[in-house]
Amino acid sequence: MTYKNVGKEVPQADSWLKVTGTLKYAFDINFPGTLYAKLVTSKLPHAKIKSIDISEALKVKGVINVATGKDFPYRLGLYLSDRDVLAVDKVRWIGHPVAAVIADSLEAAEEAAEKVKVEYEPLEPVLTVERALEKDAPLIHEKLGEYRVFPGFHPVPGTNIANVFELKHGDVENALKEEDTIIIEETYRLPQISHVTMETQNVLAWWRFDDYVEVWTSIQSPFATRYLMADALKLPVNRIIIHAPPAGGGFGLKAGLGWEPLVALLSKFAGRKPVKLVLSRAEQMTSAPARDGFIAKVKAGFKRDGRFVAYKAEFYLDAGAYADYTINVARTAGYSADGAYDIPNVHVTSYAVYTNKIPTTAMRGFGHPENHWALELTLDRAASVLGIDPVEIRRKNLLKPGESVRATGERVREDEGDPQKVLSVLAQAIDLNHVERASEPWKIRAKGIALLVKAPSQPPNAGASAVVKLNEDGTIDVLTGNGSMGQGTPTSLAILAAEAFGVPLEKIKINQLEMVSTDTNPYTWQTVGSRGLFSDGIALLRAIEDAKNQIKETASRVFKVPVDDVEISEGYAYSKTHPWIRKEIREFAMGYTYPDGTTVGSPVIGRGSYAPILNTFLDANGHGSNTVFHTYGGTGVELEIDLLTGEVKVLRAVQVYDVGKAIDPLLVKGQMDGGFIMGLGSALFEQLKFGEDGKVLNPNLITYYVPHFEDMTASMESYIIETPQKDGPLGARGVGEHVMVAVAPAIANAIFRATGVKINELPITAEKLWKAIKEQKPELIDKALKSFFEEGIKEVEQI
Amino acid sequence: MRTISLKVNGIVKEVAVEDNELLLNVLREKLGVTSVKAACWRGECGLCTVLLDGIPVKSCMTLAVEADGKEVITAEGLYSDERAKKLMESFVKHGAMQCGFCTPAFVVTSHYVLSKNPDIDGEELKKELNGVICRCGTYYQIYEAVKDAEKYYKKEKV
Repeated sequence: MTYKNVGKEVPQADSWLKVTGTLKYAFDINFPGTLYAKLVTSKLPHAKIKSIDISEALKVKGVINVATGKDFPYRLGLYLSDRDVLAVDKVRWIGHPVAAVIADSLEAAEEAAEKVKVEYEPLEPVLTVERALEKDAPLIHEKLGEYRVFPGFHPVPGTNIANVFELKHGDVENALKEEDTIIIEETYRLPQISHVTMETQNVLAWWRFDDYVEVWTSIQSPFATRYLMADALKLPVNRIIIHAPPAGGGFGLKAGLGWEPLVALLSKFAGRKPVKLVLSRAEQMTSAPARDGFIAKVKAGFKRDGRFVAYKAEFYLDAGAYADYTINVARTAGYSADGAYDIPNVHVTSYAVYTNKIPTTAMRGFGHPENHWALELTLDRAASVLGIDPVEIRRKNLLKPGESVRATGERVREDEGDPQKVLSVLAQAIDLNHVERASEPWKIRAKGIALLVKAPSQPPNAGASAVVKLNEDGTIDVLTGNGSMGQGTPTSLAILAAEAFGVPLEKIKINQLEMVSTDTNPYTWQTVGSRGLFSDGIALLRAIEDAKNQIKETASRVFKVPVDDVEISEGYAYSKTHPWIRKEIREFAMGYTYPDGTTVGSPVIGRGSYAPILNTFLDANGHGSNTVFHTYGGTGVELEIDLLTGEVKVLRAVQVYDVGKAIDPLLVKGQMDGGFIMGLGSALFEQLKFGEDGKVLNPNLITYYVPHFEDMTASMESYIIETPQKDGPLGARGVGEHVMVAVAPAIANAIFRATGVKINELPITAEKLWKAIKEQKPELIDKALKSFFEEGIKEVEQI
Repeated sequence: MRTISLKVNGIVKEVAVEDNELLLNVLREKLGVTSVKAACWRGECGLCTVLLDGIPVKSCMTLAVEADGKEVITAEGLYSDERAKKLMESFVKHGAMQCGFCTPAFVVTSHYVLSKNPDIDGEELKKELNGVICRCGTYYQIYEAVKDAEKYYKKEKV
C-alpha cells in the first residue's frame, strides 16, 4: 500500500506556534479581574484537624475569602472516590491542602495563607507499606467501605489496602516445587518519582451566574473530569464546560481528576468571579500526586534449557494518601506482570497500599515500569545462573502471536506485533557479546537489553468519537476529543484524515491543536494510555467514511450514476466507469447547487465513533479480555561504569518498537528518543526523598534532578518495525508511553552482566552503585584503584 | 512603585513596577508576553530565559528595575530576525519540540549561542544549552536543529 501522507516525516502541526512561544497553554490564559488562589497545606503527615482560624487571613488587604474542607463536603475520584476537595476532619500527608485563600493578587493570597492557623491533634503516621499492612496500623481511610468504587476493583475496608488484585494461571506452587526447576528469588523496589511536567498543574475556573461552570485547565482528561465533577458536585454533565488547551507535558499527571473541582468551588465561594490556581514547583512536588513507590517480591522458576515455567510475585504499591488512580496502576501491574513472555504458571497478587505520604497517580506506562523492572531483571538473573545469553532466554520464552495465551486467558492476536523481530533487531543493533574496552582502565564497559509489551489500561467501554466537516473551499475541519500534550497525536490524526479523504495535508485543520472543549469537541474517554491514535483514529476514519458517503450520495445524483460508481480521490469525486465525469469535492460541501439555484444534498458533516469490542472486566482470578492492542518494544544500552566513583555514563542507546504503521516517523522517533531520556532520568537520578515524618525533602529541580542536555547519550538509534495491526488505523498502534519502560531494566541488566553486581532498586546513583560494588564485588574496586595509581605513576614517570 | 522603560521586541513600553517585582511577572502579566514561560520560579529550569541587551538571562532571577532602559527580546520577537527565523525553521523541520513549553527558551538561548559562535563544538553546544530543561527529552532533536542552523549564522558573519 502506498500512501501520499502516511509515513512521511511531518512536524507537529502547531510547531510554528511553539517555536515562537505563541501557542496558548492554560498557564497563559487569564481574564481581567481574575482572582488568585493559594493553598494552605498540612505540616503534619497524619493528624486530626481541631480547628482552623481564618480570621487573621481575612484581614489581609485584597483577600476575598478563605475556604476550608467543611465548605466543600464532596468526595472525588476516578476509580475510587477517596479524595476530598480540601482536608475534612483530618490531614493525610505533609502537603495536604487544608484551606485555600482567594485574593485579588497572588501576593495577598500568599500573605494570607501564612496567617491561616490550623490546630492539629497528631495521629500516628503510617509511612511505609510494611507498617501500613500490620494488623495494628492506624487506618488512613476509616471510611474506605463507603467510597464509590468502579467495577472491577476491590478495596479492603478496615485495612490500609486500597485495592487487591489477583492473577492466577496454571499451578505455580507445583511448578516451583518440581525438582529440576531452578528458582530465582528477589525483592525489587522503585521509589516515588515526580512527573515534572514543565507546565505545572494550573486551573482557571469561573462558576458563572447562569450556573454553568467553565474551566480552563492543563489536563489530559477533559471528558472524564467533566463527568466526575458533575457526579461529585451533583450538577448536570453539560453544565460543566472544560476547556483543555495544549498541555505543557502530561505524562499521566494530568490524567483523571485534578484541581478543577476545587478551583470551580473557589470561584463560587468568591462571588462567582474567575479564580486561577497555579501550582508552584514545590507545591507540584508535595501537594499534587507523584508516581507510586513499588515493592516486588518475586519467585521465578526456570528449567535448565531456559524455559520460564513459573512466576510468583507479590506487588505492593505505595499509593500514598490517595489512590483513586493508583488502584488501577496496581491492577495493571498485576494483570500484565507476565510481560512479553509465555509463562505457563503465574500467580501475582498486587496491592495498592495507603501511606501518609504524597498521593500517587498514573505515570507514563503505569504499572509497566513497575512490573517490567521486576520481570526483566529476573530474566537476566536467570540467564546468568543458567549460563544462557540474555537474548536467547528471551527468544525462548517470547509470546507467540496466534498461539500463546496470556496469564489473563486472553489470546495473543496473530497481528499484535512481531516480538521475535523486535528482539532480533535489538540484538543485532546492540551486539551484546561484543563489548569494547572502556575508555580508562578503572572503568568497565557494559551492554544490556530489556523488552516490554504494553496495552492501554482502560475500562472495557473506553470510547472515542470524531466529526469531520467539509468546507466551501474543499478544506476539511477535523474534531476529536484527543488532546495535545507534545505526543503529537493530533498531527498524526490530521495525516490519517488527509490520507483517508484523499486530499493534501494542508487542507486539514485539526481543531484540538488550540483547545479541546467538552461542549464543542466530540467525546473521548481520556488522552492517556497510548490509546489516542488507535481509538480516536478509528473513530476519525469512520467519520471520514461517513462524510465521503454523503459526498458520493450527492455526486451520484449530479453525475446520474449509481452511488457505488462514485469514488473520491485527490480532492475529486468521479465516476469509476466514466472517469471524465468528475467534480471537485468542494462543490458538494454545502450540497451541490445548479446554475439555476436548485440544490441537491446538504452540508457534509461526517461522524464516527469507536468503543472496544468484546472487552470485559477481569474476574476474581484476573481472567478476561481487557485490552485492545499490544505494542512490543525493547531498549539496549552501552554504558561505562567508573568503578572508582560508581558513576554510570550511558554512551549509546537503542530503541526498537513495533508500531504497526508509523503514521509519522518523525513523531514516532521523537517519542522513542525522548522516552529514552525520561527512562534514563528514572534509572539514574530520580527519587522523591522523604524525611522521617514523610515530608518530601527535595521538591525542586536542583535536588530532584531530571535529565539535562549534557545527559544525552553520544549515540541514539531508534528502529521502527511495522507489523500491521489489522484493526488499527492503517495498521497503527500506540507507542507514546512504552518508550520509557525498558530503559531502566536495560541499564541495570548491563551493569549486572558486566560486573555481576545486582542493583534491585532505582535510581542507580553513583553512591548506591559504588556501595553495591564494594559490598558484592570489592575486588573490582581494588583492581580499579590499582590501575588508577599505576596510570598515575606512569604519568609522573613521563614527566 | 516606579515607572521603568523597557524596549520589548522592538517596542518601547513604560510600565509601573514594584521594586521587588520580577522581570518575568512584568513581561507575562503586565505586558502580556506569554512566550516567556515559567516552571520553577527560582532559576532552576531556564524556561523564562529572555535576551536582555542581547545576553540570555533568567527573567525569574532578574528584577524588573534591573531591566530599566534595556532591550528585552523573546522568542516571538526573534521571528523578525532572518537568521533566527531559519533557526526556528530548523527546530520545526527536525521535530525539536514535543509539548513546546520549553521551546521558546531553547530558541532564544540557541540563537544567542550561534550568534556568538556559529562554529561551536558539539560538546560545547551541549554545555551552553544545559541550562534549559526539556522534560519531553527532545535534546537529540534540538541538538540536530541547532547544528543544522549554524550555516545561517556563518553567512551573516561573512
